[in-house]
Amino acid sequence: MSHIIVENLKKEFSIPKREKGFKGALKSIIMRKHENLKALDGISFSIKRGELVGYIGPNGAGKSTTVKILSGILLPSSGNCMVNGIIPWKERIRHVSRIGVVFGQKTQLWWDLPVIESFNLLKDIYRIEKAIYHQSFEELCTILEITHLLKTPVRLLSLGQRMRCELAASLLHRPDILFLDEPTIGLDAVSKLAVRKFIKDINTQRNVTVLLTTHNMDDIEAICNRIIVINKGKLFMDGTLGDLRNRITDDRRLIVDLADPNDRIKEDYVRIISRNGGRFVLEFKPSDISAADLIKNITTNHTIVDLFLESTPVEEIVAQLYKENER
Amino acid sequence: MKSYLALVKIRIQSLLQYRAAAIAGFGTQLFWGFIRIMIFQAFYLSANHAMPMSSQDAITYIWLGQAFLFFVPWNIDREMFLTIRTGNVAYELARPLDCYWYWFAKAFSFRTAPVLLRALPLFILTIPFFGMGIPPDIFCLLAFLLTLFTAVLLSSALTVLINISLFWTISGEGIYRLLPSFMMMLSGLIVPLPLMPEWIQIFIRILPFRGIIDSPFRLYMGHIPFAALPEVLLHQVIWIFLIILIGRFLLSRGIKRIIIQGG
Repeated sequence: MSHIIVENLKKEFSIPKREKGFKGALKSIIMRKHENLKALDGISFSIKRGELVGYIGPNGAGKSTTVKILSGILLPSSGNCMVNGIIPWKERIRHVSRIGVVFGQKTQLWWDLPVIESFNLLKDIYRIEKAIYHQSFEELCTILEITHLLKTPVRLLSLGQRMRCELAASLLHRPDILFLDEPTIGLDAVSKLAVRKFIKDINTQRNVTVLLTTHNMDDIEAICNRIIVINKGKLFMDGTLGDLRNRITDDRRLIVDLADPNDRIKEDYVRIISRNGGRFVLEFKPSDISAADLIKNITTNHTIVDLFLESTPVEEIVAQLYKENER
Repeated sequence: MKSYLALVKIRIQSLLQYRAAAIAGFGTQLFWGFIRIMIFQAFYLSANHAMPMSSQDAITYIWLGQAFLFFVPWNIDREMFLTIRTGNVAYELARPLDCYWYWFAKAFSFRTAPVLLRALPLFILTIPFFGMGIPPDIFCLLAFLLTLFTAVLLSSALTVLINISLFWTISGEGIYRLLPSFMMMLSGLIVPLPLMPEWIQIFIRILPFRGIIDSPFRLYMGHIPFAALPEVLLHQVIWIFLIILIGRFLLSRGIKRIIIQGG
């Protein structure tokens, strides 16, 4: 059974439109024009229990709007959705007590107080039973390694430490759905890894359904088994990372370090993407030439120090995808 | 209910963090108290007919006003303001709580926390040294304490109403300028309400603002007799209900039309 169902979801915002300059500002005081902005223009998808879905799209694509509608905060203009068998905005209170939410750019912790105070408050807000709370609390503090931070006022935490605390805060009441809106934004490499690992663990071990929006393609590559791409409020693609690659490009890359920096590589079916000293980045289509043949050809004609094969980075695929969508 | 009480507790805790601000605020209130007493003494000395309130009562009224200054919803709650402006309100809506009472609990703390810090020291200092009177009997004191509690509820309801208006005026600047003079005037913080001109009295009697500090203060000094306690309570309670009703209506409208800022 589907855990989250979204059907033809639409959301329009009416944005005050303002003309340029001083004159425009004056004009907008007297006569304000409004412009309708379609943040979501008929999105449909469904997510099964225990899936970990990456929800991606360029800025302003409607990612956060979707998350806010699914978490019962915003009302859609039309369309339907069902989370856990509940229509979020119809029964907001019952709905939100069963989901967890993290907005990467905002904070749910009390700025001036030690972290533990915020946790205690959440315990009372969600009316979590004492025994269950203690178990959740101990577990989360251990996995996220935040036990030593509990007595520190939130304002003194680093972003990485804070995000770990935010994640703990969103899971204390043991929701079986977690919405994460850009949870890795602004984090350093170590914190990103920690957050990713945690999301993956919580998904596999507790069978929590996760919907994750992000701009960070490494997040997607590392943890998501399914991705949904939207752009300008419309669904663009729904499938695995492999599907996305196939749709845009199945090009491979071969990176070769030659012993002689003055050597040149000239092969059929191959494009040289960049060259730096003896290092060549080559691109080829597996349908034109197999990787094995190409490597054989190169090794027979050149002296090689090192070589490795990779797929086109997701980041570039997505950039290309957005560009194609622009046209 | 427990959730909301926990919220009140944590917010008060959070507001009590700033000790330096509280000490500075206490000093300021003392200073302004002296100035206002001097002004009123000048008025009383040059008055050529009987005043509606004795000068002793006026002094007590002024000191009480300084002690309970923050019961009057004249200042904007910066945190609530930022919550809406930055879109953090998203988190409040993502909690299994009624949004109105969530805000009410926060407003309640915002109104009580500063008073908790300042009232007691002010009483201790001004009763023996600076002419502040004490209630004539225990009934006056009880009536004062009781109406003070309903006064905070009234003031919190008004505070929420002001915060809700931020949904429509994102900058808050207009309300921020208008509010202080309006509230201070009508509540009795600038001139004790009994000293206001005759023709305004009828409006003052009807409007909710006298219920915030004026009525409790006058019960304290016996200027309103203990027997009038039910009338005072009724006035407060009717307004509390009305303002909560209006607030709940506007908030549900506001939530429907919000575009959560940012992100």
